Amino acid sequence: MTHAAAAHSAHDDTHGHPPTSTGLDNKKLAIWAFIGSECMLFASLISTYLIYKGRSVVGPYPHEACLPPACSTPLKAILNIPVTSASTFVLLMSSLAMVLALAAVENKDQPKTTLGEKILGSSKLWLWMTALLGTTFLGFQAFEFTSFVHEGLTIRTNLFGSSFFTLTGFHGAHVTAGVLWLLTLLAIDYRRGLGPTDAINVDLAALYWHFVDVVWIAIFTLVYLIK
Amino acid sequence: MAHDPAHQHHANVDHTAMGIEKEHPTWSVYWKVATILTLITVAEVWVYYIPSFVASRGFVPTLLVLSAVKFFIVVAFYMHLRYDHKLFRALFTAPLIIAMTTIVALLFLFGKLAARTGLGA
Repeated sequence: MTHAAAAHSAHDDTHGHPPTSTGLDNKKLAIWAFIGSECMLFASLISTYLIYKGRSVVGPYPHEACLPPACSTPLKAILNIPVTSASTFVLLMSSLAMVLALAAVENKDQPKTTLGEKILGSSKLWLWMTALLGTTFLGFQAFEFTSFVHEGLTIRTNLFGSSFFTLTGFHGAHVTAGVLWLLTLLAIDYRRGLGPTDAINVDLAALYWHFVDVVWIAIFTLVYLIK
Repeated sequence: MAHDPAHQHHANVDHTAMGIEKEHPTWSVYWKVATILTLITVAEVWVYYIPSFVASRGFVPTLLVLSAVKFFIVVAFYMHLRYDHKLFRALFTAPLIIAMTTIVALLFLFGKLAARTGLGA
């Protein structure tokens, strides 16, 4: 076999791409490296929030506050835990929809006979579901931000407002980017269909989406629940 | 269900390039994981509404542990880190350790500063 023929064969084995030195897809390595860098970005935002926590000299405050000597009537907490718990549940369910979308793409070639198999095997359904749940989460965040502004908390009001809106705003921007990524995958799915050879591209979007979810897991506990 | 599609070997999925070392979980595992995550979230919110527990010393550690468990479950099962190549694990855990160390170091630093200067009392 000539060198050219051998190289051509190697290309065919790796779906048209030359083999990498690690044997791993460079795009997947890149997304993990990107996620690693994002960990440090959110760590800086979270630590800023935690450092400034309890240091606002004017309200509104995140949790019930007591300003002596008027401790008999503590100041009302601004964070709405029931609403945020619902949005957290929505984001967790979007992660479930995302893994089901990836599994559907990976198994596109498998025969589907029962209704359950057809539902589980529909990548369009699960991609739509993920995008819809992500958008619902953003709706919750828009509601929360709007109600905070109506209650007098803006990014300029106090240290809590500055660090809170920066942290959750950055997270919301990441969710928005994720929804746009999902919509592009949906467009490709409608145009030519996503198959097992596209699994790597759906996997990249899924990894990003789950990362956004784990960041929210940390934010929900550190910002909303811990007083 | 007659069969679980996720049990099948995906002939057209490039397992090597995707770094898949062990077969990814089945859809039923994903549903179980979602149920566990929901239950942990319910537990977190539940303890938030128990005033005696909130006032106790165990409140913050409990929430941190529950949050860490949720974090680990999503990363291990949904992000497939448990099933994928160890290089991906290293690419995620190394920055995560640096990030967590940074948070702890900054909190320690500013906590100490606050105690020394009386800022933010």
